[in-house]
Amino acid sequence: MRRLKRYLPLAVMALTVTAVQLLTSYTGTAYYLTQLTITAYYGLLIIGLCVLMGYAGQLSLGHAGFFAIGGYVSAALTTHDLTAYRNNFFITLLNHAHLLISRQDIYGEPLLTVKAWPACLAAIAAALLIAFIIGIPVLKLKGHYLAMATLGFGIIIFRIVMAGSYFGEADGISDVPAFTLLPGLTVSGDFSYRVQNYYIAWALILIGMFLLINLINSRPGRALRAIHGSPEAAEAAGVNTARYKLLTFVISAAFAAVAGIFLTHFNGGIGPSEASIMKSVRYVAIIAIGGMASLWGALGMGVILNFLSLRGVFGSYDDAVFGAILVLVMLFAPQGILSLSIWRKSIFRRRRDG
Amino acid sequence: MAKINFPAPPGRLRKMPLLSIKDLNRSFGGIQALSDVSFKVSGGTIKALIGPNGAGKTTLFNLICGNLPPSSGRIIFKDQAIEGRAAHHIARLGLARTFQNIKLYPGLSTLENVMLGRHSRSHTGFMAAMLNLPRARREEADIKEKSYAMLQMLNIADLAAKEAVSLAFGQQRAVEMARALAAEPELLLLDEPAAGLNIYETAELADLITQVREMGITILLVEHDMSLVMKISDEIVVLNFGRKIAEGVPAAIQNNQEVIKIYLGSEDD
Amino acid sequence: MSTELFFQYFSAGITYGFLYAIVAIGFNIIYNATGIINFAQGEFVMLGGMTAISLYPFMPLPLAIIAAVIITTIIGALVEMIFIRWLDNPSVLRMIIITIGLSILIREAALFIWGESVRSLPYFNGSSISSINIMGANVSPQVLWVIGVCAVMVTALSLFFKLTTLGREMRACAANRLAATLCGINTRNRITLSFMLSAAIGAAAGCVMSPITYSQYDMGPGLAIKGFTVAILGGLGNSMAAVAAGLLLGLVESFSIVILPQSYQEIIATSILLLVLFIRPHGLFGNKEAAALKEF
Repeated sequence: MRRLKRYLPLAVMALTVTAVQLLTSYTGTAYYLTQLTITAYYGLLIIGLCVLMGYAGQLSLGHAGFFAIGGYVSAALTTHDLTAYRNNFFITLLNHAHLLISRQDIYGEPLLTVKAWPACLAAIAAALLIAFIIGIPVLKLKGHYLAMATLGFGIIIFRIVMAGSYFGEADGISDVPAFTLLPGLTVSGDFSYRVQNYYIAWALILIGMFLLINLINSRPGRALRAIHGSPEAAEAAGVNTARYKLLTFVISAAFAAVAGIFLTHFNGGIGPSEASIMKSVRYVAIIAIGGMASLWGALGMGVILNFLSLRGVFGSYDDAVFGAILVLVMLFAPQGILSLSIWRKSIFRRRRDG
Repeated sequence: MAKINFPAPPGRLRKMPLLSIKDLNRSFGGIQALSDVSFKVSGGTIKALIGPNGAGKTTLFNLICGNLPPSSGRIIFKDQAIEGRAAHHIARLGLARTFQNIKLYPGLSTLENVMLGRHSRSHTGFMAAMLNLPRARREEADIKEKSYAMLQMLNIADLAAKEAVSLAFGQQRAVEMARALAAEPELLLLDEPAAGLNIYETAELADLITQVREMGITILLVEHDMSLVMKISDEIVVLNFGRKIAEGVPAAIQNNQEVIKIYLGSEDD
Repeated sequence: MSTELFFQYFSAGITYGFLYAIVAIGFNIIYNATGIINFAQGEFVMLGGMTAISLYPFMPLPLAIIAAVIITTIIGALVEMIFIRWLDNPSVLRMIIITIGLSILIREAALFIWGESVRSLPYFNGSSISSINIMGANVSPQVLWVIGVCAVMVTALSLFFKLTTLGREMRACAANRLAATLCGINTRNRITLSFMLSAAIGAAAGCVMSPITYSQYDMGPGLAIKGFTVAILGGLGNSMAAVAAGLLLGLVESFSIVILPQSYQEIIATSILLLVLFIRPHGLFGNKEAAALKEF
């Protein structure tokens, strides 16, 4: 019974995702699927960050950095031509291990690059490693210092991709090839793969939600919530708070990196704006609006706001809208907008002490 | 009722010291908070730590629990030197505590608070938890069962689903006690457990502490309520200005001239 | 490196160093009064410069600068009164998010009003090529303006906090807000005043810097992160140390061009920030035990 209660929302979500696809195909509005796919990938980052912020209580103003590490490493490995290094021992080794692929670029020139799968794994490994190394000192900090340190990390990543010629400087990396997950299952922005990519993206969200819902309802999840509320008492109960915070940070970085990798292959490229501080702030905003410690709230708000933003509803006021939402929610509904009394059946039934 | 493994019947452990404090020093800046404090706590006994405010009792607790490293000296728990080790590490060795200013986890139910107490007795890691593996599910069921049993033992099972921080003060103290006991500790540190309780609650607490000792758990407590201390303690240590000035059975402490002077004020004041 | 080039880097380092110090002192004034780090601090500098540039065609330069400082000060007061004043004991996280949101809103408003173009005030004396010879080296008079104005502001502030009753009351608020309230000090008004003061010095610095660094709607966040680096380097809340730390960061950044391309300059400042946070979060000149007592 308990398991049914836990997984029922996931089943409802799977049905909704399917229903939306059928609806768009029936009404001839399949073009919405592209934006819904992109929205799902941002959602993947957001739910990972939600566990870090809402449950473990650690603010990160640099998560766009991990998204960018995933996207950029994968993009760079799958696009940079290694033909010139063909006789290099290391490259020969990679070639013999079937990790490289020869293909043609858009002008028909031969190109030797890393295959998408090894590139993907390398990108995840890079994000995990960097999260681990940076996380040890960063997570010792609290409050303003934690905010500034994560912000600083984000700025450094942004500046590196902006300044590094390997990462295409201000232009970013384009012509990133499609990513064939399995035969017949390809992450690509190509028109003919649209429906399939919509399902790939939302399947990733479902898997992500499955993992995180299990996590927060478990022994380590309980310990995380205890760290958030009373770190000293958590230590006294035997919780290694430093280790738990670090593991959560690394997991949320992995979610961000996977999102970055898939979205980069879907879009066929990545630019420095994905690493910008504004993006990081936007993710934090969405989680704050969703109510911090609410995975479904964060996912719901992420889907709504990112979809509207991608549809261009906010026009050139996009950043201003997110800034305004951030300020208003924090002023009037610091527990998230779902906590507002207007959502309850009757204001007279509101708890006095609430 | 679920079976909970408490250490051993009290008689068997009584001879060996479970906790030994040797020449412990701690200073903050230039101020010496503890100077050369030494004493032992024998297995299966109740030892009380008393002294006026500022005597160094809380500092001593923080040193034992690993919240602070000592400036010098040794703390031996179960034949292992634990001074300077991390608090979570010491907790895993079988030491549990309660806090003077109650520290329950906000946002967690009473039952979940007690379940946290079993953290040091369980193993499920992030991977097993995220995949919800069968062994993670089994362990979670076990944690829940034993924690609920602990609530029953303290007669607060009806509060299981309530948010712990919203409970009445006396109930919160009981939840803290349940959380500490859920860890099946060998040594239980109680930091002013009677503070803020009325006389009926204090009497219940005295029964509970004696009952806990009968389960084979050794207890070290800091307390200001002298009648409670005299009633339940096997031995008492008196601290004043960071120094141990007396140690002995309650009757001896009650008649110790120096202790009387501290508590009643010296005549030349 | 030629002496000429050395001196050029040196004066650039000093100039930027003072700017960072002023931003850091702005952080400190608000932090001391409220325990809040105001992430919109860099926006005050931008607003001062941009407002003065807009007013300059209609009035003489000194008047335009004074008006710009007054307008920014009023905005600082409004920000505090509308968004901060009525919050009852807000958490650090909430204040971080609110001030970040405010910095975005101010920036977007500036984008709406002034667009993306880079502007600047004219040089106060002479032009971009005029120079004064000091001990054999050529220095732009504007550099002297920056150093002079910033030095006057720092001195005036420290005298204000030490000698005047109002200044002492503000320091009392910082030490213990509840005790200050009980002594009959209106802490809320002092907090408003702290926002006005940091807005004013930020705006003044924004004006005097404008001919050299130029002004643009999005200059705030970069300044804020460097100002914060300086504030931490000097020890949060310690304004005199911030000047030393500011000059240090300005010089390090300026001379880093010798070994690294300019596009990496911000990475250096940010790396210094991370290093200080990791190794000496109480600052180069701060006291570790005292810092441990503060809430961050």
